[in-house]
Amino acid sequence: MTKRQNRMVLVALLVAGAILAITLLLQALGSNTNYFYSPTEVAEGKAPVGKSFRLGGLVANGSVIREDMTVNFEVTDNKETFKIKYTGILPDLFREGQGIITTGSLVNGTFIATEVLAKHDENYMPPEVADALEKAEK
Amino acid sequence: MWKWIQAFASPKNFYQISAKIIPWFLYPFIGLTIVGLYWALIISPADYQQGDSVRIMYVHVPAAWMSLLIYIVMAVASAIGLIWQIKLADIVAKVSAPIGAAFTFLALVTGAVWGKPMWGTWWVWDARLTSELILLFLYLAYISLNNAFDNPKTASKASAVLAIVGLVNIPIIYYSVEWWNSLHQGSSISVNKVSMQIDMFISLMLISFAFKFLYGALLLMRARDEVLIREQNSGWVKTLITKGDK
Repeated sequence: MTKRQNRMVLVALLVAGAILAITLLLQALGSNTNYFYSPTEVAEGKAPVGKSFRLGGLVANGSVIREDMTVNFEVTDNKETFKIKYTGILPDLFREGQGIITTGSLVNGTFIATEVLAKHDENYMPPEVADALEKAEK
Repeated sequence: MWKWIQAFASPKNFYQISAKIIPWFLYPFIGLTIVGLYWALIISPADYQQGDSVRIMYVHVPAAWMSLLIYIVMAVASAIGLIWQIKLADIVAKVSAPIGAAFTFLALVTGAVWGKPMWGTWWVWDARLTSELILLFLYLAYISLNNAFDNPKTASKASAVLAIVGLVNIPIIYYSVEWWNSLHQGSSISVNKVSMQIDMFISLMLISFAFKFLYGALLLMRARDEVLIREQNSGWVKTLITKGDK
């Protein structure tokens, strides 16, 4: 092998080694790299018990009840639903049907939230288009 | 072909030819920026949920794309420099790093500014945000390592290894929103589907191309400086200094 071919092999090995190391690392991390649990996963007992974790899903339609600074609502993935109780400021995007991620823990079946973050999806459109889409669905 | 590449890659020829190419990057950049900003701020509509905050996307997304693209350029140039020992490739990799770091920083900052009102937080440790932050650290590590050596040849060799190993982070950033649950939304633009209104898409593309031309211009300008510094003892640079550009 010439010197140049030697160096080529070296670079290839470097790339292969890096990919292998990262793949193993991500495999080992497993679900820890997931930012939140879905209601179904929580119902299946995958979320930690008695500890704080993140729950992500859609705000169920017609479930939001506000009393002063406290908000009660339900989060669903259309299979399982959890009741959420949260006191504090909600982000601008919070509304019924919106995807949210909330941090907190389960206390007697109710999720007591310490933080509510709104998730935005990849669809961007002007209000008129959104209205038209909504009408078309009905 | 090979001879032609070698001729262009010779520092002296590169210095002369690049001077003629720079305007071909600089003027499209200026034109695209003016049209792009007009499209992004005036023509394109507000979003049905985000309102005018959606306009942050026209800087955020192109900057994030540039952060990935420049890293790929840097790593490929590093590999070429390492294998074929072309000086110009080493220079391209070296001068690209600060530009890439700047675009990464811009993407992170604009993302945080958008995240606060929309998500309700400046920062979360989800897969997309964390891997993009790691990209910034990779750029900074590359710059530091490259500056840690006095000999430019040794510096390029050492930092090339870092750049090539760090390349593995690029697909992780790109697919992070698909592989894991994340707060960050998925991509709106893929080969077969664009889930955004057409004027929004045009604005995004205009700014995105403006950034690419900006990178081209900055890359050539910085590479010219670096060539002069490295070749300061050679005959053609001395002639250049004493007799001017002619």
